[in-house]
Order: sequence, then C-alpha cells, then structure tokens
Amino acid sequence: MSTDIRSTDTGSVSHDEHQTHAAHEVSDKQYILIALLLAVLTAMEVAATEIAGMPDALLVPSLLIMMAIKFSVVVSYFMHLKHDSAIFKFGFYIGLGGAVVLYAVMLTTFHFFIG
Amino acid sequence: MSDTTIDPPLTAESATTAAHDSGHGQSGVGHQATTGISNTKLAMWLFLGSECLLFGGLISTYMLYRNRQGDAIGPDQLWDIPFTSATSFVLLMSSLTMVLAVSAAKRREERNTRLWLTVTALLGGLFLAGQVYEFTVFYREGLGYTTSLFSSSFYTLTGFHGVHVAVGIIMLMSLVGMLAKGRIVGDKAETVEMIGLYWHFVDVVWIVIFTLVYLIPA
Repeated sequence: MSTDIRSTDTGSVSHDEHQTHAAHEVSDKQYILIALLLAVLTAMEVAATEIAGMPDALLVPSLLIMMAIKFSVVVSYFMHLKHDSAIFKFGFYIGLGGAVVLYAVMLTTFHFFIG
Repeated sequence: MSDTTIDPPLTAESATTAAHDSGHGQSGVGHQATTGISNTKLAMWLFLGSECLLFGGLISTYMLYRNRQGDAIGPDQLWDIPFTSATSFVLLMSSLTMVLAVSAAKRREERNTRLWLTVTALLGGLFLAGQVYEFTVFYREGLGYTTSLFSSSFYTLTGFHGVHVAVGIIMLMSLVGMLAKGRIVGDKAETVEMIGLYWHFVDVVWIVIFTLVYLIPA
C-alpha cells in the first residue's frame, strides 16, 4: 500500500503557512492607499522640478530619495518581498546590489560624478 | 499496483521545517519543492535580479551619454514632463490593478481576477501607446535613433522597457484566456502572482527611468 506522505503532511504545512500568510495579509483598501501614496510621491517629484530657482544640490538628492521610497514601497508591498522568504530577498537584492555597485564603479571610471 | 506515489519522498520533519522556513506569500507552494519554497517563484526572483543588471547597464549608458548630443536636439528641448507624468501615473495604477488581481486570485474569485488582469493589460497598452506617441513626436522633432549618442542611448533604454511592457501585456492577456478556458495547471493564484511580479518589476524600472531620465536635469 502506498502512502502519499506529501499530501498528508502538507495539509498541516499549508495550514501553518496560511496562518502566517494571514498575519501579513494586506487588504485591497490598504493596496489602494499605498497606490495613492505612490501617486502623491510622483506628483511631489514633478512639483519639485517645477520650483524655480531650486539648486540642483537640493533637487537631485530629494528626487533620488523619493524615487528610492517609491521603489521600495512597490517591491515591499506590491511584490510582497517584505514578508517573503529570505531566499527570494537574497535572489533579488544580490542582483540589484550587484548592479548598483558595478555601474557605480563604471560611472566613476568614466568620471561621471566629477563636475 | 500503487495508485499514487509522489516523489521525491518528503518526510513529516522536512515538510514542517520547510513550512517554517518558507515564510509568507507562498500559499500552496510547499507542495512543489522539498525546500519548502516555490521553485517557480525562486526562478522568477532570480530572473528579476538579473534584469536589474540589464537595466542597470542601459541606465548607466544613458547617464554617460545624455549630454552627448553635439549640435543636435537635446533632452531639455524635448521632454514633455506633464505628458510623461501622466503615462507614469497610468503605469503606476496598473501596478495597483495587478495587485488587486493577485489578491482576487488568492481569494479564488476568478471573475474578478480576470477583470483586474484585463484592466492591467489595458493600462499597460495605454502606457505603451503614450510611449509610441512620444517617440513619434521626438522623431518629428529631428531625434532619430542614430542622431547622437544621447538619442541612441535614450531610445535603447526606453525601447527595451517598452518591449518589457509589451511582453507583460501578452502574458496578461494569455493568462486571462487560459483562466477563462481552465487551462492553468496547478496553483492558479501562484501563476497570477508570478505574472504580477514581472509586471511590478516593469513598473519599478519605470520609476527609476522616470526620475533619472526625465526629471533630473541633464
């Protein structure tokens, strides 16, 4: 007689997972609020560029900060990476971090940040 | 004769450990891998990590060449920020409709899932139409692909992104069709989630492009 161990065990596994999952569940209403936050940040970015006389030394960092916030909000909440497995985070951030370091070095080599 | 024997063998202990390691957002995925995490989802995250390197290269190349237009028309004379902001908003909202599709799929509301997926594809199509219009305007202004280093790097970067959006739309519409015909094998919610991950990635790439290419002064 064969025993389907996996299906027997995963019954409880699935139950535990769903309990963990439910604890971090984001409701549709919260998703809409997150989208509104993203829209407001986009509007703020555009508005910042329209402010006459704003020095680049202030404009560029503020745009980069708003961009980073939008990026992390989408990745964390819409892509659920915040509450997901560490292996997934590693897989994504190793690529992202590698790209940032690699191309920062490349741009530095080409004197992009000077002048 | 045995009726069903599922391999590889999974002990009760390893299954429990896998469940504790797997964390959130993998409903039903423990059924697919002895590691306790979904192979499909892991592959998708690794693919997206590698995509960061692709777009990183294209963005860096653009940043290097954005002032290399010579006597030809440059970014400051071309950009229509209100128009590009509107298309960016459309793509941002498509991320919302995509996450609502994933949410509906997890609740097994197939009709709502198909509806939100279709709305996402339409918003993606609207964004793409905006990009085609923008390219047409730029071309009429005299900015061809080989006009300058700036134009080549700009069209390559935004064109690659546009191709990703187009592929995303094809995947979304295929998914809608397959859901309607009941052709999805396995966990439907996970399949929707995988397409969702790709779509959100296309959105985050545009978040970066919009700021670095359009908003930061050359």
